[in-house]
Amino acid sequence: MVLTNEHIKQRLIEKFAEQVTGFEEPYGMLTFEAPKELNLKVLNFLFDNDELKFRFLTDLCGVHYPENKGRELAVVYHLHNLADNVRIRFKVFTDINQPDIYTATGLFSSANWMERETYDFYGVNFVGHPKLKRILNVDEMDYFPMRKEFPLEDQTRIDKDDEMFGRG
Amino acid sequence: MSRPVSYNLIKKPLESDISIADMPDGHMGEGFFATSLNTVIGLARKNSIWPLPFATSCCGIEFMATMGSHYDLGRFGSERVGFSPRQCDLLMVMGTIAKKMGPVVKQVYLQMAEPRWVMAVGACASSGGIFDTYSVLQGIDQVVPVDVYVPGCPPRPEAIIDGLLRIQDLVSKESLRRRNSEQYKGLLESYGIQ
Repeated sequence: MVLTNEHIKQRLIEKFAEQVTGFEEPYGMLTFEAPKELNLKVLNFLFDNDELKFRFLTDLCGVHYPENKGRELAVVYHLHNLADNVRIRFKVFTDINQPDIYTATGLFSSANWMERETYDFYGVNFVGHPKLKRILNVDEMDYFPMRKEFPLEDQTRIDKDDEMFGRG
Repeated sequence: MSRPVSYNLIKKPLESDISIADMPDGHMGEGFFATSLNTVIGLARKNSIWPLPFATSCCGIEFMATMGSHYDLGRFGSERVGFSPRQCDLLMVMGTIAKKMGPVVKQVYLQMAEPRWVMAVGACASSGGIFDTYSVLQGIDQVVPVDVYVPGCPPRPEAIIDGLLRIQDLVSKESLRRRNSEQYKGLLESYGIQ
């Protein structure tokens, strides 16, 4: 039997009812979201279920939506079913003032470094992570550079003339 | 059809003998030549600079061309590229230095013995270049003192050679007491180097 998006969706709704929302299929890839408290339950269900078998975490990343009040930070899990070659995308949203999300390291070892990276750039606090410290940026960095309120340019430079960049 | 090959038909006489350095100013008589110690040591040092390449990106590729037979940095007494900072005189930083790499550059500089010189090759090493971003060091002069900046993105081998000639110029004219001077100590102090 082919594992269709419709089927995955049905199984999720059977299990979690109205708690899983926002089903979309951009370019044919099933995307949905769940409350952040449920993230491990959903991931476990997708992992353990004999039909779904999403046992490979391809990617884990953060997104910052500053205008989305109360749910500014998103954490996106890209999951892959290797047996049927099906991919899905699972999102949880959190308040930027209390960005606590349960860690997926217990389920996927690959989540370790990816969660550190997401913490490094977005400041998402993965509760229960074995070693949540910066991975790519310098340890002394005191902000989370991919959050939208921080300009891309290095703010320590004083020799740059805004006139020359068309924004004087 | 094959391209016609043009040979160097017109002989170009050498302007000077490039295998021998010019004689410094001094007093000469029968069987003796007197000049200052500064000049003699400067002359020796400038024609035997051992470069330490610290190549992180495309400028490093240009440096490889510079070391190759076509441009041949060896003509200027620098064919011996050392990969141990303890033995080298000239730190050549070529390429983007990320902030995480900054302490490494500084460590390499600290491991070099005095007298030591530093050349920043290319826009990134000199100023951060196009990478005006949170993760890139905006010029290596934030962590180590730099003697010569070579502009370009990346600079051509000729530009790197020009930079080396300017280093040679500095080396030959440097006073032997400079490294003991208060000014020099102050410079190192400003970088937190003792």
